[in-house]
Amino acid sequence: MLKTFPKGGIHPPENKITASKPIKRLDPPKVVYVPISQHIGIPSKIIVERKEKVTIGQIIAKSGGYVSSNIHSPVAGTVTKLDKIFDSSGYKKQCIVIRTDLKDQSNFELIDSPLKTDIQLSKKDILQHITDYGIVGLGGATFPSHVKLNIKKDKHIDCLIINGVECEPYLTADHRLMLEKAEEILVGIEILMFALHIDKAIIGIENNKKNAIANFKELTKNNDKIQVAALKIKYPQGSEKQLVRALLKREVPKNGLPLDVGVIVHNVGTIFAIYEAVQYNKPLTERVVTVTGKTIKDPSNFWVKIGTPVIDLINEVGGLPEDTRKILNGGPMMGKAIKNTDVPVAKGTSGILVISKEEAERKKCTNCIRCNECVFVCPMGLEPYLLMNLTEKKMYETALNEDITTCIECGSCSYVCPSHRPLLDYIRFGKSIIKTLEIAKDKK
Amino acid sequence: MTVSIIYSVLLLTSLGIIAAIILYVVSKKFYVYEDPLITEVEEILPAANCAGCGSPGCRSFAEKLVSTEDISDLFCPVGGNDVMESIANLLGKEVTKKDPTVAVLLCQGSCDMRPKTTQFQGPDSCAISALVFSGETDCQYGCLGKGDCVDACLFDAMYMDKDTGLPVIITDKCTSCGACVEACPKNIIEMRPKNKRDLKIYVGCMNEDKGGIAKRACAVACIGCSKCFDICPKDAITMENNLAYIDAQLCTLCRKCVDVCPTHSIVETNFPPRKKKPISTITKGKKIDSPSKEKYIDKKVKAIVEPLKSNNDA
Amino acid sequence: MSTKPIIISASPHVHSDRTSKKLMYDVVIALIPAFLVSLYVFGIGALIVTAVAVISCILFEYLIQKYLLKATVTINDGSALLTGILLAFNLPSNLPIWMIIVGSLVAIGVAKMSFGGLGFNIFNPALVGRVFLLISFPVQMTMWPTALENQTKIADAVTGATPLGIIKEGLQFGETMTDLSYKIPTNLDMFLGFTGGSLGEMSIIALLIGGLYLIYKKVITWHIPVTMLFTMAVITGIFWMINPEQYANPLIHLLSGGAILGAFFMATDLVTSPMTKKGMVIFAFSIGLITVVIRLFGAYPEGVSFAIIIMNAFVPLINKYFKPRRFGSKIKSKII
Repeated sequence: MLKTFPKGGIHPPENKITASKPIKRLDPPKVVYVPISQHIGIPSKIIVERKEKVTIGQIIAKSGGYVSSNIHSPVAGTVTKLDKIFDSSGYKKQCIVIRTDLKDQSNFELIDSPLKTDIQLSKKDILQHITDYGIVGLGGATFPSHVKLNIKKDKHIDCLIINGVECEPYLTADHRLMLEKAEEILVGIEILMFALHIDKAIIGIENNKKNAIANFKELTKNNDKIQVAALKIKYPQGSEKQLVRALLKREVPKNGLPLDVGVIVHNVGTIFAIYEAVQYNKPLTERVVTVTGKTIKDPSNFWVKIGTPVIDLINEVGGLPEDTRKILNGGPMMGKAIKNTDVPVAKGTSGILVISKEEAERKKCTNCIRCNECVFVCPMGLEPYLLMNLTEKKMYETALNEDITTCIECGSCSYVCPSHRPLLDYIRFGKSIIKTLEIAKDKK
Repeated sequence: MTVSIIYSVLLLTSLGIIAAIILYVVSKKFYVYEDPLITEVEEILPAANCAGCGSPGCRSFAEKLVSTEDISDLFCPVGGNDVMESIANLLGKEVTKKDPTVAVLLCQGSCDMRPKTTQFQGPDSCAISALVFSGETDCQYGCLGKGDCVDACLFDAMYMDKDTGLPVIITDKCTSCGACVEACPKNIIEMRPKNKRDLKIYVGCMNEDKGGIAKRACAVACIGCSKCFDICPKDAITMENNLAYIDAQLCTLCRKCVDVCPTHSIVETNFPPRKKKPISTITKGKKIDSPSKEKYIDKKVKAIVEPLKSNNDA
Repeated sequence: MSTKPIIISASPHVHSDRTSKKLMYDVVIALIPAFLVSLYVFGIGALIVTAVAVISCILFEYLIQKYLLKATVTINDGSALLTGILLAFNLPSNLPIWMIIVGSLVAIGVAKMSFGGLGFNIFNPALVGRVFLLISFPVQMTMWPTALENQTKIADAVTGATPLGIIKEGLQFGETMTDLSYKIPTNLDMFLGFTGGSLGEMSIIALLIGGLYLIYKKVITWHIPVTMLFTMAVITGIFWMINPEQYANPLIHLLSGGAILGAFFMATDLVTSPMTKKGMVIFAFSIGLITVVIRLFGAYPEGVSFAIIIMNAFVPLINKYFKPRRFGSKIKSKII
């Protein structure tokens, strides 16, 4: 029996069409738009000026507070303007626009460095590197990693979980990374285990990535500290809480963190970024992005510089198909629809998904027939139909008592609803209202 | 037979007496003194329970009015000065006079002025679509057109114009309770002073983008050219973030700014048609009949604010 | 770029291909075997009753939505069709047509549309229609044509009562179960459906096939039917063991009357059943209990419809008090 979490979950069609496509490197984009709020928390502060020349990896925006992160220039070139550009949030956000200097050879140097296994830095230096080189969680939440790793003394951590689940349909960025950079990832895990005094690490991978599982099993044969666990294919297993439950049978308390049950979870992409930052002093300026879609000619995985406009990637896979109706930043379950193709890739962009006519349209919403599908599939044990009704009727207090805030927005309820009700839309709205109400209460 | 009649009569009478005694005792014992003034004040209030005053309803506002010493901060926007004055007379307290206000929409981005570049699918609610993105057009400041304000209005003073895709405020019915201002996630509804003839001049745009970008997104956007700022004789116009704002307190309704605005983003409402001489005859307190139907109304203005008289068909 | 603007919507951007319409038609498909058996047993009468019930249900829904509510007409979502079939399945095959129409009007007009239409009704519409008819026209509603005798013509000769009716009456006149066991059909006949009764409820095998299809299609879960039938079997079993001469054995109780139809098709009605598995078990247990109490001690020989309607009324309460266990709440079974 493969491990999985017990309550809820769905199994949407996987559509991992790019699973066998190696990660390709692209020529540097002509222009990059680097948003200053690519992470959860306070936006970074711009420290470059217009017409300033920047080198590759130079800090261009400094961390704006504790829960924030540095941002580095992904290319060598000139800052042309500081402007507001639509990003994946659907709003115009402050961006640093840099024109790449195509004569500068550093833009074309291959960055694949040889494997470096020995850890030379001290624990403190490792954490400092992670802070300085702008590492954020690359699984999608983009939570600054140094905050996650700064563990208070009273918390005891006994297990590091590496999230290689990638339960989102279509996306294969983590899968390819695990295949191509397995040894580096293992070194990254060693680094974190060393820095945090943890003796045990588990790599959780869903069973649709059998080659990655076999690969890791082979590499960790003689290492009893790192385990590899195959997981049953079920969405949303990539959610921290569900993954911890699946691997360790520990349940993260309501409104709590994995830290509360002695676990710390990191995405494989983050681990690789940590490896590069610690071993090669390389800031987080590029990531793996899956560019895919059923109508795309040549869907692929790419190493993409942060700030590359989406249109560059789409041109690379054969251009935007005629009948495109939706372009997503991320996977189909949790990704965000973007407004135009100039939206830049940010640290949290794991995929670009192009959806054509038939799938893009939302079906007409009809009456709730109380089939309780949403209740069955909710991995958090919530009642989505009720939360939607309460939000619609503006009964936010009651919704709060029904634990609306513990919703992880996985979208399973909206996915299964036979009446096509926008359950998650309303729940998300209710959550945002409650958040503002609570902030207002705190102020009083 | 007679016995049973007497029996039941006696039984019912005694039951009645017992009940009466219980009622009497309870009403005496649990009597709560309530200031009769509260009820009187409540009767003066408009009983709309719109919460425009900040209290949840008219009754609680009445309680507040009676219990607070200094009621100069409290104001019923629906009742206006008349209601507040009569309450003041009743309570013997001082109230401050406030100019009546009316809601205006600071967006003129109708469908033909502001082309849609994307299409939203989801619940018909501004607040929810604002969570997902900035709007179907390229202007991220303007009206979303889903009508949350219309839903919020308790006085039927708003409706969605199907042609423009924008809400229309019926100034006669607007009580300036502020519900629409609260409901709008884009904050494009503002309360502006309303004079006798409902003459208003305001910048009908909230776009803070630079001129070129704003103009590309919307034909009637404020491009921040400062022409109005330069021409204003009373310094009523301020420029901030590429956007002009007219201070209604300082504005003398001279309409010079309307003429110079290159994108027609400054709105004038209910002014008579242009003559050679700019009007300067709006005298305070002068009795002016409400404008007649035949009166010329600027086409653009009509799209924004329903004229005073023709709201009957709305 | 395409000519139409691109679509923006919130996640998720994919959707499973299940629709409410499909769910409804799945239930209709599941009812086909039982319908075929009733056609064989009762002949043309079964067809007429079903056709009248279905057509009048759909027609009433159309008229109410179009002219009373002035709302969008949703008669093709299959719910009115389903109500019609279920109502017909609960009626004798020789019921006068105007009574069927009255039943449909009550089912659609009173039980469904007055609550707000699909999804808002508290009580199962088909059962409300049936119970209304049962109370208003008890004579016509409890006289069934004999099985296998009137296949070709509309039965007017009224004969055999249901096995449960026979038992109830017999026991009242002091007969023992041993005497009665000769009067009621054999277990095999009841299992196959060759017995008197409402037109859709007698063929256990056909209903079981339909029920299993629904479970296979994940339209219903096993919780309600299994709990309900198990409860009925256990309680009647206890009474049977105490006094086998006074109480019928559990098998007769399960095979006769509306137990199977109720357990698989009526109690599991999506709209009027609880939202959680825990709640479903409580709900089904109570239905089983009430059914047995009515059957053994009540005035009516059969009590499934009443039991389901009574428990329908408790569903909002069950939903309120039996919540799914929230992820991360420490207490194992939390009752708020």
